Amino acid sequence: MESPREATPVPPAADARVLLSSPTVLERCATGIEGLDNIVGGGIPRGNMVLVAGSVGTGKTTLCLEFLVRGAERGERSLFVSVTESSQKLIQNLSTFEFFRTDLIDQGSLVFVDLPVVYDRLGLGHEELTAEEIDIVIRTIRDLVRSLGIRRLVLDSLTSVCYRIRRDEQIRDFMLRLGQELSAVGCTSLLVSEIGPTPGRYSLHGVEEAIVDGVLLLWNTRRLGDIVRVLQVVKMRGTSHSRAQYVIELTPIGILMAPHLKGGRETGGQ
Amino acid sequence: MPVDIGERLRSLPGGSAVALKLDPREYADHYFAVLNATLRDVGNETDAHTIYVAVTSPAAFVWSLAQALDVPPDRISFVDAISHIMMNYSNPLANATYIDSPRALEEIMLRVEFLLRKFPHPRSIVVIDSVNSLAIHNPPELLNEFFHILLNNLKSRSVLTLVLETTEEEATGVEQMLNLVVDETIDVARAGR
Repeated sequence: MESPREATPVPPAADARVLLSSPTVLERCATGIEGLDNIVGGGIPRGNMVLVAGSVGTGKTTLCLEFLVRGAERGERSLFVSVTESSQKLIQNLSTFEFFRTDLIDQGSLVFVDLPVVYDRLGLGHEELTAEEIDIVIRTIRDLVRSLGIRRLVLDSLTSVCYRIRRDEQIRDFMLRLGQELSAVGCTSLLVSEIGPTPGRYSLHGVEEAIVDGVLLLWNTRRLGDIVRVLQVVKMRGTSHSRAQYVIELTPIGILMAPHLKGGRETGGQ
Repeated sequence: MPVDIGERLRSLPGGSAVALKLDPREYADHYFAVLNATLRDVGNETDAHTIYVAVTSPAAFVWSLAQALDVPPDRISFVDAISHIMMNYSNPLANATYIDSPRALEEIMLRVEFLLRKFPHPRSIVVIDSVNSLAIHNPPELLNEFFHILLNNLKSRSVLTLVLETTEEEATGVEQMLNLVVDETIDVARAGR
């Protein structure tokens, strides 16, 4: 009979999450939204391209704006590429939040660009973009990012850009190339995806979520008649993360998060 | 010998969670004794900031009592979860934040969090008035989860949490649940005032 061997000592702090995490720790881009940073292990891995998917009124744009403002405050120049709303209106809305500072815009740390204006200047005013024109859009964004030293970018919305790109393979190509260009300069990006209230999809074409490094899903759910705004990190490459659901609140001091209570029951979701 | 509620609360370490049991037969006396102990004995004397979660009576009513106890408006904030469903929202208080209903439990947590961040203070008190009212609007499983998360969160931030409970009116299981999450129970009927 074999004699029992002495057990190898295990470090006392080793828990399952530590054991399952990757030995390589990637540089993080802290969103500045405390609850979100906590659930993705300190921030989005630097250079990741993340889809922020949700239906109307779920807080997508606010989340993205706070991500940029918090970044600009930390000295990371941030760019908001707006497709659907004018920058003027966005800044007006942003000024209702206590975390916003106009001097970030004045000193060039927070930059707003209206993509429709760029389209007009480039002569891309027609409905459908050709392969060459998609290339022009990518190069324009790339040049903006490089020339301004942008470290954080938001495209609001990817859906609006993709409306003008008809074929799935062109969307795939657009996103792959955009992701490569941004990642190459360490720019972390959030791409807004507008989806309907029905579950099952994260984007208009269903292609987008396969390309991106991460998916943040936002939706409204009902409990006993009341609407609750919920966030879930569905995917985030380069980090272990919580997949639990969190209720979010858009407060004057920024987005706050709390665990979504279920009381032992499944409350639905996406 | 009966315990002085204010003295007992002042002696508790930061992060304590306490259930305060009120007798329904002497509810008005007990309630006022608790308010006095919390807002004046503890709040005023230790320069604490109180966040009062109003589920039983609207914030305006509690604020009128607090004024009678000389509580300055910058020392108390309200999370009012009852005025909307009582259609009693016509004159909102400047030091209150209103939520749609007592069923929005996460929103209560988030508003408490908001006020703790908005008014950072070395000593904060959160009063939840009351577990009975919350139990009327919420299933026990949800309420258990709510108290478990909220009280642990407040404990980790050294916030003194007081949960008001009217005895003999608890929904099934509420008392057992509270016993699991609080550090101490003070029976107001047996306490000196």
